Amino acid sequence: MQVTSPVRAPLVTGSKKMHDVTNDICKQVEGKPTGLWYFAFGLSLIALGYGCFCLYKTWTVGLGVWGLNKTVGWAWDITNFVWWVGIGHAGTLISAVLLLFRQKWRTSINRAAEAMTIFAVFCAGSFILMHMGRTWLANWALPLPNTYGSLWVNFNSPLVWDVFAISTYLSVSILFWYVGLIPDLATIRERATGISRTVYGILSFNWSGGAKDWQRYEQVSLILAGVSTPLVLSVHTIVSMDFATSVIPGWHTTIFPPYFVAGAIFSGFAMVLTLVLVTRKVFKLEDYITVTHIESMNKIITLTGSIVGVAYITEFFIAWYSGVEYESYAFINRATGPYWWAYASMMTCNVISPQLFWFRKIRRNIAATFVISIIVNIGMWFERFVIIMTSLHRDYLPSSWVMFYPTMYDIGDYIFSFGLFFTCFFLFAKFLPVINMAEVKAVLKSSSAKK
Amino acid sequence: MSGHSKYIVGIFDDEDVLVHSVEHIRHEGVKIHEVFTPFPIHGLDKALGYERSRIDIVAFMFGTLGLILGITMIYSMMGVDWPMNIGGKPNAAPPIFIPVTFECTVLLTAYGMTLTFFVVAKLIPGFTPKMFDPRSTDDKFIVAIDLGKNHLNQDKINQILKENGASEVFEKEL
Repeated sequence: MQVTSPVRAPLVTGSKKMHDVTNDICKQVEGKPTGLWYFAFGLSLIALGYGCFCLYKTWTVGLGVWGLNKTVGWAWDITNFVWWVGIGHAGTLISAVLLLFRQKWRTSINRAAEAMTIFAVFCAGSFILMHMGRTWLANWALPLPNTYGSLWVNFNSPLVWDVFAISTYLSVSILFWYVGLIPDLATIRERATGISRTVYGILSFNWSGGAKDWQRYEQVSLILAGVSTPLVLSVHTIVSMDFATSVIPGWHTTIFPPYFVAGAIFSGFAMVLTLVLVTRKVFKLEDYITVTHIESMNKIITLTGSIVGVAYITEFFIAWYSGVEYESYAFINRATGPYWWAYASMMTCNVISPQLFWFRKIRRNIAATFVISIIVNIGMWFERFVIIMTSLHRDYLPSSWVMFYPTMYDIGDYIFSFGLFFTCFFLFAKFLPVINMAEVKAVLKSSSAKK
Repeated sequence: MSGHSKYIVGIFDDEDVLVHSVEHIRHEGVKIHEVFTPFPIHGLDKALGYERSRIDIVAFMFGTLGLILGITMIYSMMGVDWPMNIGGKPNAAPPIFIPVTFECTVLLTAYGMTLTFFVVAKLIPGFTPKMFDPRSTDDKFIVAIDLGKNHLNQDKINQILKENGASEVFEKEL
């Protein structure tokens, strides 16, 4: 059990004892929020408030407030949806796939990453609901008995698969996250007094940490990881099928599922890095989330970024090699047409920027990582924008070729999702332990070689 | 477990010492009520002589149920109750079953298994757990021995615990 490697650096630095781990992590939950927290939380609430106003307009006036037209029926909303779902892939990937691969460095970041996943899927789901226009009829997407003589949903449609995939993903992610939280909530409960003891007592589900409970807990975690791994891959595969099963040039390509999944992991890790770098600074968790953790994540970003880069080039090659006139045009138009700037941004941000991580110095530099993580997310937003917009705006009939211009409501609804995401994340960071204490304690010994 | 029982509580500081001690303590004929730890320790369940958990069987059964329910749902809707003619294609072609059936399988596996875990481990919100010492959720490893279920006397058990590396031994009624 005790693996001391002379080659690998310790996972947790600062010669932490188990009690230090408890103290350092619980401090954030028990203490009063800092001024910085109030400022950031206030800012998110303002974004959420403005977003809610735009959302109200979208619902009461209708989708006409968006910049959509008869040629471009999907634009910012679906771009944002795919972007958020993609970001929502990192958490479960870190906790499930890295658990199966026995990557111990995941223990310091899995809690925050899983929380981020859940909030990102909330945001993604909100765009699906918005795009329905009449959100109050959202239940029509479910196979429920209805008054039309049981006219069921059409299971041939990838949009229906999406409903199942995303709702299952959200439910299972919440479950996985919460099961992991229970022992840590019990730790907080035992330290708390008064009302917070009652609240954390209820939240910690009667957990006492008996050996039999831990044995079952470990088994449950392993199986949850086992079923979540194909689940996380299925979600973005199905999202990509929303496009790939259509007959729109630029969309109906078989490369989409693996390319989307790689892109999702790519953007998800970038978002985890953005958040984790801020969290470790604000909460002073540098000993738990070390430069080695950041380096490991940067390696995954380089890998998935390179896969995405290869996919872009393959797509282009196949468009030419297929000999299909429409397909070739869609791609030439993508790179050199009126949206060339979006394509160029996508290529620069997604293909070139992660290659900088080949240099160890950059990979281990906090400021550089932070900047590149944001660049990657901008690039990934442009990727979805390019796929959706450039394929739609010039259809088969040149007389209906148009451009898309977002209105303040397109932008406002996007701001809504940022408000929602950060409000949820700051609440999480204040009231729940941001690092999985039980798992970190378990790797404390195996990692600190000097003990 | 109704009424109060008298327990002897041994506190250990190190997980490796704990696993060995548990083996020795059991070897000397002491029945351990339960060991409480702040994190999962590999090999502790074997040292305590616990059988492997059968929760994986539960997971498999729920998964199978999800698979069957998924297939039944799609087939009954698309093929039986309201067959739709979509471009003359088959009403309920098996390939279209795959995504939704897969999701149903995963959903039922995850929730069925976890809820079963909550029930068998009595992880129910609102209950107050039996805590021998609050430090067992922080940095100490606790061995609880039910005096009523042991034929050895208290002093002997205290001695065995101390000999096996317990840093602290006390008695507690719960």
